[in-house]
Amino acid sequence: MKLRVNGKDHEVAAPADMPLLWVLRDLLGLTGTKYGCGVGQCGSCLVHVDGKPRRSCMTDVADVAGKAITTIEGLSADASHPVQRAWAEMDVVQCGYCQSGQIMAAAALLAEKPKPTDPEIDTALGRQLCRCGTYQRVRAAVHRAAELDQEQKS
Amino acid sequence: MSILANPDRREFLKAAALTSAGLVVGFFVPAGRRFAQAADAPAAPATPPLPQANAFLRIAPDDTVTVLLAHSEMGQGIWTSLPMLIAEELDYDVARMKVEHAPAAPAYFHTAFGAQMTGGSTTTWSEFDRYRQVGAIARALLVQAAAQRLGVDPAACRTEDGAVIAGERRLRYGELALDAATLPRPATVALKDPKDWKVIGQPTRRLDTPEKINGEAVFGLDVRFDGLLTAVVARSPVFGGKVKGFDANAALAVPGVRKVVQVPSGVAVVADHFWAAQQGREALKVDWDLGPGASLDTGAMLAEYRKLAAADGKVAATGGDAPGTLAKAGQVVEVEYVAPYLAHAPMEPLNATVRIDADGCDIWTGTQMQTGEQMAAAAITGLKPERVRIHTTFLGGGFGRRATANSDWVSEAVHVAKAAGAPVKTVWTREDDIRGGYYRPMAVHRIRAALGPDGLPAAWDHTIVSQSVMAGTPFESMFAKTGVDPSSVEGAADSPYLKAIPNHRVQLQDYRSPVPVLWWRSVGHSHTAFAMECMVDELARAAGIDPVQYRRRLLANQPRPLGVLDLAAGKAGWGTPLPGGRARGIAVHESFGSFVAQVAEVSIEGGRIRVHRVVCAIDCGIAVNPTTIEAQMESGIAFGLAAALSGAITFQDGRVQQSNFDDYRVLRLPDMPRVEVHIVPSRERPGGVGEPGTPPIAPAVANAVAALTGQRLRELPLKPRA
Repeated sequence: MKLRVNGKDHEVAAPADMPLLWVLRDLLGLTGTKYGCGVGQCGSCLVHVDGKPRRSCMTDVADVAGKAITTIEGLSADASHPVQRAWAEMDVVQCGYCQSGQIMAAAALLAEKPKPTDPEIDTALGRQLCRCGTYQRVRAAVHRAAELDQEQKS
Repeated sequence: MSILANPDRREFLKAAALTSAGLVVGFFVPAGRRFAQAADAPAAPATPPLPQANAFLRIAPDDTVTVLLAHSEMGQGIWTSLPMLIAEELDYDVARMKVEHAPAAPAYFHTAFGAQMTGGSTTTWSEFDRYRQVGAIARALLVQAAAQRLGVDPAACRTEDGAVIAGERRLRYGELALDAATLPRPATVALKDPKDWKVIGQPTRRLDTPEKINGEAVFGLDVRFDGLLTAVVARSPVFGGKVKGFDANAALAVPGVRKVVQVPSGVAVVADHFWAAQQGREALKVDWDLGPGASLDTGAMLAEYRKLAAADGKVAATGGDAPGTLAKAGQVVEVEYVAPYLAHAPMEPLNATVRIDADGCDIWTGTQMQTGEQMAAAAITGLKPERVRIHTTFLGGGFGRRATANSDWVSEAVHVAKAAGAPVKTVWTREDDIRGGYYRPMAVHRIRAALGPDGLPAAWDHTIVSQSVMAGTPFESMFAKTGVDPSSVEGAADSPYLKAIPNHRVQLQDYRSPVPVLWWRSVGHSHTAFAMECMVDELARAAGIDPVQYRRRLLANQPRPLGVLDLAAGKAGWGTPLPGGRARGIAVHESFGSFVAQVAEVSIEGGRIRVHRVVCAIDCGIAVNPTTIEAQMESGIAFGLAAALSGAITFQDGRVQQSNFDDYRVLRLPDMPRVEVHIVPSRERPGGVGEPGTPPIAPAVANAVAALTGQRLRELPLKPRA
């Protein structure tokens, strides 16, 4: 089947029910998307499908054939996405393992709501787990990314 | 390009040859206590040679400065703080430094523990001298090289931002690196006076951020190379069970499954990729001999713990006559606190990639114990330890789980690769992780205290029941004489409060069970702080004294705990009114050489505890990177709060009743309180910061709930009664 990932077409030989997560990681070598639970509970595997957030561990690869898939590797060429810039500025990461998912969830939120409120952040990122407890900085960085995004557009 | 992602040995050698064409600085501090000798680890030679692999610092002709870490980065920020120590003495911009994990070698043994390891919140204090000395040696050699080239006295040279300057002449470190590499190492170097520090103490951004925000950072699970297979292992459903037999036919019929092999821990399904291996394991039929572990039941165990708590144990600390005083006392408070088993649940499930070939054995994994993994792999493969090469990746969280004395997951992965006859990455699923043991042990504390006429405790008699995390490991020799595992009683037996209580006794009942237990962020402190700080709070209320004032009286002669107590209380506005439905609770605790006090502001909403704000004060001595310290306090609080509000592992019929993040709940973003961190300015030697933020939060929250509702919640996780 054909997969379009980060603007590039790939021909993938995979069972139709293989989770997108493992296709990305084990067949395409895009290891920025992480495995944390395998049952849609932690959000480490979150990617964008046609711009919307999607948990790749719960997504059959056949369901997204032909759709535009974006992973952390494709969010920007040079970490210039406002969310990535805000993450660097606020020194958010610790172990870093969940951060691809956090960043992708934040980017999807900002695409829909350019100036999210705290309750909107709670809803959009409330199921993105982090054992290092970076949440306070995640929240601050989402607000900061919204500002950076506005600055960039104006 | 990371050599981890492309582990071609020729590429590695080429890279090594390139980088060694410059100044390479290694430095050895004789190891002190040697835990590892009991583990048959080789001792560091008295006068070790300085091969390239032993270096802590490389300066290349193109001005690239690379720092090698003797410890593992698992989120705690040493990827930044250790380079800062070198940068301070080297006069080089830390933001431009490159960082790598060191290979496993005696050169990188812990300066106190005699094995390469990361744990016990020890990295910063144990490397505070060594890494500064490395920077100072390099600087001295570069100055000498510059002086020779310019024909001036070294005393006429100064250094600034990566260059040696003599009068009008300025030579970059890269230009001097080749010359400096030929000079003999100075016998001694002087370190900067703290008043001249420009790097230490400055809030400094993490150096690992760029690769952790674009997906490039390589964790163990991300290691890939041609020919690498992936395995998942079917392990006994109860602790201690053994394989009786297995039928691999259905597993082998899954497309992508290559082999099914038996290993000591179970049966491994080896496949082209993770998905096939997991499907194969689901199809695999294993017949288990479950053994006595099949009767484990946490309810029954708790009843046994409670019985033991009422009997005498081994004395861990004593002063005066606690039982005698209690027998004659008027007002006695007697309570029991309970803490459950807990899983670490780091976000990256355990994994290790192993390749065994004619060159030896290569292991890629995120580990806290390189020396232990190397020894274990050598024993399994029959290779000499130096032919086992440990490539430490980033750790997707550790919290103690990636530091087992028996090298559990690495040994298993070596067995799998050996049995499969191929390079294999052995991966644990989240369910394997939650059900796989190595838990923070359950603990019961029974405390009886007598109040004196001044309301302060006149006697304190305390029995702890828990399972030793060191028993059966090489660390057991640490307490062979007393029979008391210090990590079971730390935070109680050495509590600063006991110094103010003339009659006190702390005893330990060491419970043995088939459950594998392990250090979990803050180890014994994770339950002793709960018992100590809740009990002190209960006594304050029984005496009718404000909890902060009560602690101030007990800690009157101990400036450091008193300092953080006052700082946290002051910044939190202790004693000032709060909005309706909220209350504050406080706790102060010393652990890992640092002192932390926290004030939690809570309410109860829909029967659940909600923590709105935590004010945290820490005295960790010299604050090397305040940014890291703040982050670690936030982190320790989030980790401890998850356990306080919802963490528990339970067994029934030997089976672990939790399996994933749906039933082993960890903290989520909406539950994260606003955390404010205040660092006490200090010139004391550095203490730890990775763990000390965790112990005070559970008692601070429990004490706040008591203040709010009058309910004393003495069992973790905290469940308010309706």
